[in-house]
Amino acid sequence: MKKNDFILIAVILIIAITALLGQRFLLGGNPDSPMVVVTIDGVEYGRYPLDEDREERISLEDGSYNVLSISDGEVQMKEASCPDQICVMHRPIHSSNDPIVCLPNRVIVIIENGEDSSIDTITN
Amino acid sequence: MNTKKIAYLGLLIALAFVLSYIEVLLPLNIGIPGAKIGLANIVVVVALYTIGGKNAFLLSIVRVLLVGLTFGNFAMMMYSMAGALLSFAAMYIGKRTKKLSTTGVSVLGGVFHNVGQIIVAMFVLETKQLIYYLPFLIIIGTISGVVIGILSAMICKRVKLALS
Repeated sequence: MKKNDFILIAVILIIAITALLGQRFLLGGNPDSPMVVVTIDGVEYGRYPLDEDREERISLEDGSYNVLSISDGEVQMKEASCPDQICVMHRPIHSSNDPIVCLPNRVIVIIENGEDSSIDTITN
Repeated sequence: MNTKKIAYLGLLIALAFVLSYIEVLLPLNIGIPGAKIGLANIVVVVALYTIGGKNAFLLSIVRVLLVGLTFGNFAMMMYSMAGALLSFAAMYIGKRTKKLSTTGVSVLGGVFHNVGQIIVAMFVLETKQLIYYLPFLIIIGTISGVVIGILSAMICKRVKLALS
């Protein structure tokens, strides 16, 4: 090993560690904390931290709406203007692999970086 | 390229293939997708130092195709190919500067293999968040690069004796 090798290794490690620290402090917050992500027609509408209680009214251009509520680490659809109300009947979700879908309004609510549910599906 | 060199290149390709297979059998499970020891990189480094850049380039392409077709799928082959190309370019340039020893060249190879894979994965999966893994992968690439570099230097010394 030559001296240049040590310089190269040191430079690479410094870059990696700075990038690591930069991610943590500059970008703010832990990127791994669970987020509630709402998409409308595939376009992201908003993202909200799962550990913060709040109620969010999602208004669509054509006047229809969904009301989302986050509480105790769970998300549920409180109200919706859709005719079938399937999203409102959906039980509150808390894991990554369980989205709430409101097909008539094309609204999809998922949790990113959440814990995986230990079961695949539940048949009622 | 004489017969001896052709036979030697074939031997190295077979060795790279087997080392990749060993890596498939023993995955490094530390919770970071794409983190690998990169055992096959030993062969690429040895080839680069014994039979030259052109043959080493051929070897790394053939290796990715063989491993992708046998053990992987198309997506995996695409990631590996990007990693292999970028890593080879970095190692070739690193060797041409004549300022680095085998270890430094191999570290460059390990790091850029991971960088290439992550860049392609970001485009294919359209997930920008994958970049969060990059610093971890760079650190792992550096560590495995050092080990592989030291090993390759030892192998090169003996192979050069045998070839001459």
